[in-house]
Amino acid sequence: MKYISEFRSPEIVEALLKEIRQTAKGDWHIMEVCGGQTHSLVKNGLLNMLPSNIQMIHGPGCPVCVTPVNLIDKAVYLAFERGVILCSFGDMIRVPGSGMSLLEAKSKGADVRILYSPLEAVKIARENPEREVVFFAVGFETTAPANALSVLHAHREGLKNYSILTSHVLVPPAMEAIMKDEDCRVDAFLAAGHVCAIMGVDEYYPLVEKYKLPIVVTGFEPVDLLEGVLMTVKQLEGHEFKLENQYTRVVEAKGNRSAIAVIDEIFEVTDREWRGIGNIPLSGYAVKENYRDYDAHKKFRIDTREAHEDPTCLSGEVMKGKIKPAQCPNFGTRCTPVKPLGAPMVSSEGACAAYYHFNIQHV
Amino acid sequence: MNLSCPVPKLDFDSIHLGHGSGGLLTSQLLDAGVFTLLGNELLDKKHDGAVFTMNGRTAMSTDTFVVSPLFFEGGNIGDLAINGTVNDLAMCGAAAQYLSLGFVLEEGLKLTTFWEILLSIKAACEAAGVKIITGDTKVVERGKGDQVFINTTGIGKVHARANIDIDRIKPGDKILLSGPLARHGITIMSQRQGLQFETSLSSDTRPLNKIVLALLDHFGEGIHLLRDPTRGGLATVLNEIAKDAGVGIDLSQKNIPVEEEVSGACEMLGLDPLYVANEGLFVAVVDAAMADAFLQQLRQWEHGATANIIGEVTQEHARQVIMKSTIGGRRVVNMLAGEQLPRIC
Repeated sequence: MKYISEFRSPEIVEALLKEIRQTAKGDWHIMEVCGGQTHSLVKNGLLNMLPSNIQMIHGPGCPVCVTPVNLIDKAVYLAFERGVILCSFGDMIRVPGSGMSLLEAKSKGADVRILYSPLEAVKIARENPEREVVFFAVGFETTAPANALSVLHAHREGLKNYSILTSHVLVPPAMEAIMKDEDCRVDAFLAAGHVCAIMGVDEYYPLVEKYKLPIVVTGFEPVDLLEGVLMTVKQLEGHEFKLENQYTRVVEAKGNRSAIAVIDEIFEVTDREWRGIGNIPLSGYAVKENYRDYDAHKKFRIDTREAHEDPTCLSGEVMKGKIKPAQCPNFGTRCTPVKPLGAPMVSSEGACAAYYHFNIQHV
Repeated sequence: MNLSCPVPKLDFDSIHLGHGSGGLLTSQLLDAGVFTLLGNELLDKKHDGAVFTMNGRTAMSTDTFVVSPLFFEGGNIGDLAINGTVNDLAMCGAAAQYLSLGFVLEEGLKLTTFWEILLSIKAACEAAGVKIITGDTKVVERGKGDQVFINTTGIGKVHARANIDIDRIKPGDKILLSGPLARHGITIMSQRQGLQFETSLSSDTRPLNKIVLALLDHFGEGIHLLRDPTRGGLATVLNEIAKDAGVGIDLSQKNIPVEEEVSGACEMLGLDPLYVANEGLFVAVVDAAMADAFLQQLRQWEHGATANIIGEVTQEHARQVIMKSTIGGRRVVNMLAGEQLPRIC
């Protein structure tokens, strides 16, 4: 496939690995921020190919993993108790809430639908004027434009029965929260390529300056990831810290302006609770006041009790990079994809699920 | 629809509860539909069951079919139900001979839809050379079923040279795949509500009995195991083999045929083709000495152009399937916990 096969070339991979081995003298901990990157590292067997002095730490960039239990309970409540058509991206529906997951709610009769695009949910709202349709709008900056666009479309069409249940999260504040943590082991970041494709790269300069560490905007294919690692290692070995862009074929410095404009029209930045990590100031999006009719949080009086996570789940430690999934005492025993304690064991982008699925036992 | 087989003129244009009552309406429906299209000397007796003689080693298999949407590019639930059981028997080394056909119809199903499914069943039976010799029809209330569910049970004579048994698998055996992976699952998915995207793909549903019997003619006992990687896909079947035979399996990603359009759709949807369902595909575990000749004959088959040797049985890493990725990394290919779900971004 054009634009793919060259980024999966065994020869280029081998050449990059060789250069990484030659360049890396010290022990370096590099965090790949995005769950898609984690998945690619594991799926392609790259973790075993990197030299042992390069440790990849798997970051919090899995939107499903960081969506609070409380919010899943709200989605379940809307679908189950209020009879709305609850539309969601696929990998959200298996994540356990404090009572049940959306999948369990579906099996008990709730109208839960898996979609690829929130615009599909707008269509469902149009076709079912007598029903309320709610889209579970989770995700990082990557899904925000489409979710915002769905509100804009519904607004333009005058649809009164469409709203979104937002739990949008933002990447740079999460990276900063990780850096602020006293036990932080991260020497450099591979920033999430697709997030930067939307937002551009400017947000990362202050982080580079403040925390004096390399950040390389990186793609998702094996060659992308290894190139990203090599670029960070070169900086680390040269005692440099700067922002670099490995993913130039997709990411422009200023991002996607029309996508940003749609986000700015519908959303405003707000504080946000991250599952497993806690509250991070100014780390999420909420629907702006003038579009409040499309905000499910405001449209429905949602009565769910304050939910608590299973205290034995160490997913927060995993997502902050303090432990590897297999180091968790519950990994593969009390916590499996069939009976997960926390979200990273569920989502295809969650680090725990990736380790479990690909059977990585070593740490 | 075939113009020579118009929908029968009946007093109703959709199925209702009376059609499952066993009374006059049931026989009207069956006479006009099932018996007219699928009749043969055994079915025409309209007895409670069929009476026949089988000699020697015989295989039997059953499968129930639920699919949404009922009609998809390349097939529908009707031919799926025939091919599915014919193929399960073929995986036992048997030539399907007789099938039973059980319907659960949902009230309100359009007669034209039912007719179209029956026509496909007829065509699939003819293509596979099997006869429907007994059957059943039930109707459930609207909302209690998804239009049509079908069960087929098949029986067939095992090929004289077939010795297909999990216990015959041994280290060194080669693993072959008969064609490109994940076509059926991706076709179905591309036509589901909420996921519609454009492809030129069609399902690979087809009978496998003829090619399998021809291979058995040539390679007989050299074929140690045959499996069709339907639900759960290739990864699931290989894991079952590894666990049941207590052996390890080494796979080579670059030798696994996946069409470009299928792999593109998988990329987009966040799915792994190894876990996507197939219909007209089979995995063969064969003696290493004859693997190349087996492959050559398989590639002569009209659907076998991309068939390949995708892996090997090993004494190492017992009960595990390990794949060498295209870039040279190694990873475990595990069973899936549940259904593969499309990811967020």
